[in-house]
Amino acid sequence: MTSLIYYHQSQRERHMERHFDEELAELKQEILIMGTMVEQAVDRAQEALKNLDAEEAHQIILEDRRIDEMELTLDEKTLRLLALMQPLAVDLRFVAMVMKITTDLERMADLAVDIAQRVIELAGRPLLKPLHDIPRLSLLAQQMIRDALEAFLKEDTEQAKKVILKDSEADQLRNLVQTELIRDFMEKDVSCVSRALPLLLVARHLERICDHATNIAEDVIYMVSAKVVKHRPRTF
Amino acid sequence: MNEQVNVIDLNAYFGHIHVLKGINIAIEQKQVTAIIGPSGCGKSTFIRCINRLHEVVPSARLSGEVFLDGKNIYAPDVDPIEIRHRVGMVFQRPNPFPVLSIYDNVAAGLKLNGVRKRGQLDGIVEESLKMAALWDEVKDKLGASGVSLSGGQQQRLCIARALAVKPEIILFDEPCSALDPISTGKIEELIFRLKQDYTIIIVTHNMQQAARVSDRAAFFLLGELIEFDRTEMMFEAPADKRTEDYITGRFG
Repeated sequence: MTSLIYYHQSQRERHMERHFDEELAELKQEILIMGTMVEQAVDRAQEALKNLDAEEAHQIILEDRRIDEMELTLDEKTLRLLALMQPLAVDLRFVAMVMKITTDLERMADLAVDIAQRVIELAGRPLLKPLHDIPRLSLLAQQMIRDALEAFLKEDTEQAKKVILKDSEADQLRNLVQTELIRDFMEKDVSCVSRALPLLLVARHLERICDHATNIAEDVIYMVSAKVVKHRPRTF
Repeated sequence: MNEQVNVIDLNAYFGHIHVLKGINIAIEQKQVTAIIGPSGCGKSTFIRCINRLHEVVPSARLSGEVFLDGKNIYAPDVDPIEIRHRVGMVFQRPNPFPVLSIYDNVAAGLKLNGVRKRGQLDGIVEESLKMAALWDEVKDKLGASGVSLSGGQQQRLCIARALAVKPEIILFDEPCSALDPISTGKIEELIFRLKQDYTIIIVTHNMQQAARVSDRAAFFLLGELIEFDRTEMMFEAPADKRTEDYITGRFG
């Protein structure tokens, strides 16, 4: 992800036609930084789950404040650009999509916090079962965040489409986790519900993170091509 | 939608300079059409071809056809004066007749057309000033000089003057470029209301103004019509790169 930010800086230096471009470039950079923080939060939540590390989980919850602050800063900047620069066409689509992407990123960070809270609930007792699909889902979520941000950075609609297509994979993994936990554990032994339910919720949180990454990818397609792909049958 | 103005292969020249190049455009009735583009792109010339004002400039000539309600206004049997009645115009700088009162400024066109009855004149003057959203501000001083008004009021006086002769189309050539934001807001509000009864074509350099007031927008560049579409498409997702470069300020 850090390399993405460097790529972005090298692109910036190539053409600088308007003062406004500088402001847009800064906005892009801040989205990338915020995205990197979100991806790290998801990664750390997964590690905390693996290790049932309640202390780390508390830390993740505390550090979410930084992402909330970034959201406020970005909101202020985008609104200021709308008011002062009155962007049009591709610039307007860019600023409007940055506003939406910021919201999605902040929601993703909140879901990482939700996972951390599940870790706190689970800590102190052994895991119900070895984790297979949840780590896969977590990796998928992180990959989707990274790919969506890369699509945003490079204004690459093909990359964005790949992210959108991965969303069904996330749904399948969530369903696998859910079916296994309900059928093999909760239905068989009611006493394990308190250990099974948080895991089921983790899968749901991760799947929601993937949904937000998909939203970002859809916004990137609109930003670049002005085509609305949201809530439409997939044609790619 | 009815096409009220249909321009077919319009070319306009000043001497040897080719200022409009093969323009084809259909302008709908009771809609606001904005004409945008950089200085010298032919915007003003284009609208002056719609009321036959282009030809009054020495060395100006044109070819092509401009249909108004299906009739070519450049056909030999058409009287240009009649066209200028049907197609009113409001200019960049408010230009009320300096020696005339507010009342006489509005009544001037009617008097030229032979309307003499005081009652009839009074009625049309009041109605025109009301439509131009100026009545309340001037009703008690109709005898005052037109140029005693503020710039924004003078511009609305010119709109009232244009409305008095009951045109079908009103051409606005950068009507707000000399006005402050409040006067500009009033003119824009007026344009929005006038489109219920009139077809409006407005030349503007102000992108936000074009976005606010128009239903459709046409982008001219170097005498060519580059893109013509619904205004929201032009400002959210223009099809042509040159349009995008212009409206986002990347131009040149």
